Amino acid sequence: MENKRRFSVREIREDFPSLRQLVYGKNLVYFDNGATSQKPQSVLDSINKFYSKDNANIHRGVHHLSQKATNEFEESRKTIARFLNASTHEEIIFTKGTTDGINLIAFSFGELLKEGDEVLITAMEHHSNIVPWQMLCERKKCSLKVLPINENGELLLEEIDQYISEKTKIFAFTHISNTLGTVNPIKELVQKAHQFGAVAVVDGAQSIQHKPIDVQDLNCDFYLFSGHKVYGPTGIGVLYGKEKWLEKMPPYQGGGDMIKKVTFQKTTYNELPFKFEAGTPHIAGGICLGKAIEYLSQFNFHDIEKHETMLTDYAQDLLYTFEDIVIYGESKHKTGVVSFNIEGIHPFDLGTLLDKQGIAVRTGHHCTQPLMDFYKIPGTVRCSFALYNTKEEIDFFISAMDKSIRMLK
Amino acid sequence: MSIEEKQKQIIEDFELLDDWELKYEHIIELGKSLPQIEDKKKTESNLIEGCQSKVWLDSVLKENKLYFFADSDAIITKGIIALLIDVFNGQSPEDILNSEVYFINQIGLQEHLSPTRANGLLSMVKKIKMEAIKNATVN
Repeated sequence: MENKRRFSVREIREDFPSLRQLVYGKNLVYFDNGATSQKPQSVLDSINKFYSKDNANIHRGVHHLSQKATNEFEESRKTIARFLNASTHEEIIFTKGTTDGINLIAFSFGELLKEGDEVLITAMEHHSNIVPWQMLCERKKCSLKVLPINENGELLLEEIDQYISEKTKIFAFTHISNTLGTVNPIKELVQKAHQFGAVAVVDGAQSIQHKPIDVQDLNCDFYLFSGHKVYGPTGIGVLYGKEKWLEKMPPYQGGGDMIKKVTFQKTTYNELPFKFEAGTPHIAGGICLGKAIEYLSQFNFHDIEKHETMLTDYAQDLLYTFEDIVIYGESKHKTGVVSFNIEGIHPFDLGTLLDKQGIAVRTGHHCTQPLMDFYKIPGTVRCSFALYNTKEEIDFFISAMDKSIRMLK
Repeated sequence: MSIEEKQKQIIEDFELLDDWELKYEHIIELGKSLPQIEDKKKTESNLIEGCQSKVWLDSVLKENKLYFFADSDAIITKGIIALLIDVFNGQSPEDILNSEVYFINQIGLQEHLSPTRANGLLSMVKKIKMEAIKNATVN
């Protein structure tokens, strides 16, 4: 087994310069990692290095810099392929992010759907994993089915056979709910999709940073994530797709890089992965995402998981001591996220007062309005954790909660 | 008092509240004491949809003076609404149109007027001005 870096939160925090700052004169406590994560120095350095030393357009230039940039970009693709255990790096498509990737599948794979076909999603999906499918269903006259959840925020797996059938062509679901923190049994869901001949699309936006992912073991057809939630830059993301599907799917966007030959009569398309990467990609983003993945790969993933689950449980246990607390998502399989409300207090008010104490949480519907409707609430306060968060930060957050509630009640 | 005088008064009041806790306790107090508007006034057309907190605004014109009634589901938003209503109540549509709201910045609450805050306050200021335009044209 290769030697992994010792998991020391104190040392990890040293790697993240943005954590060392004061907000309104108080130490920043950053609990909004579900929205985006902070970046380690190695990623920041690589952005600087790319633009100061290697900047050139890729794939076409014969000159030295272009070769260098191309190599780095393609190396990053290989790093990501290894990280996900894809069978080949050609299955790694660079996108703008998870949303972009889902749209790509909905528009491109969606072309293979016929009238009367069905797309299945779940009741805990982010708007990004709802709206592109609704648009597809409208375009192709298909119907959208939604697998419901129970009050604990878990999928009603026992009812799945009422929602999936031979008509189901796509089953798209999140690995971890961005609002509830529920970890879905995705391997089981993938099997279910395949049992009915549907492809399984896994939204990994909230899991790539918390769980080790092996796409071959999961046997999913597509897996998507965003770079910025996994300590990399914004504007870059990854769509993993099984080669057999990517080969079958028509291009999503036309333009440079995705073509083999263009005439006014006919254009032939480039091979994978370039077929799906029209135009100059986010080169720096792609390279730096590789650095972020390298950063994460230094550690034994088990240590990261253990730490983040400990933080989630610790925060949840302390929050339960508040009178009138309602925690949304009480699944036993939960990590990274604690979503809650204090009865009689609007989440916006709580978020505002926590912010004044230097604590960054998210308030609102978290782009899951149907889930808010299910719980009949306007929104929640959400803490979401990363590998650099500490128990001490949670202690401080709890005392800040105490003060905020006293002010508001 | 004119809109100008009202704003100066609020700025003076807030100068005494020198830390965030005192300031927000005051805003929360204002929010709690602002009378709720009747449910039947909480109509779709009176609703200003922020992303997070909702704001309802209704107005009446009496003897060329505008009077505002507003509410929100979030108490801090409601507190800031109370300040805005205090500034604009009983003013003529023309004076409201010609005024500039600067007190929110001066009392250190500028972040609440940022579009990213999504609390509906920015839209509320716009709606107050729209009501003024509507009524100024009529006259």
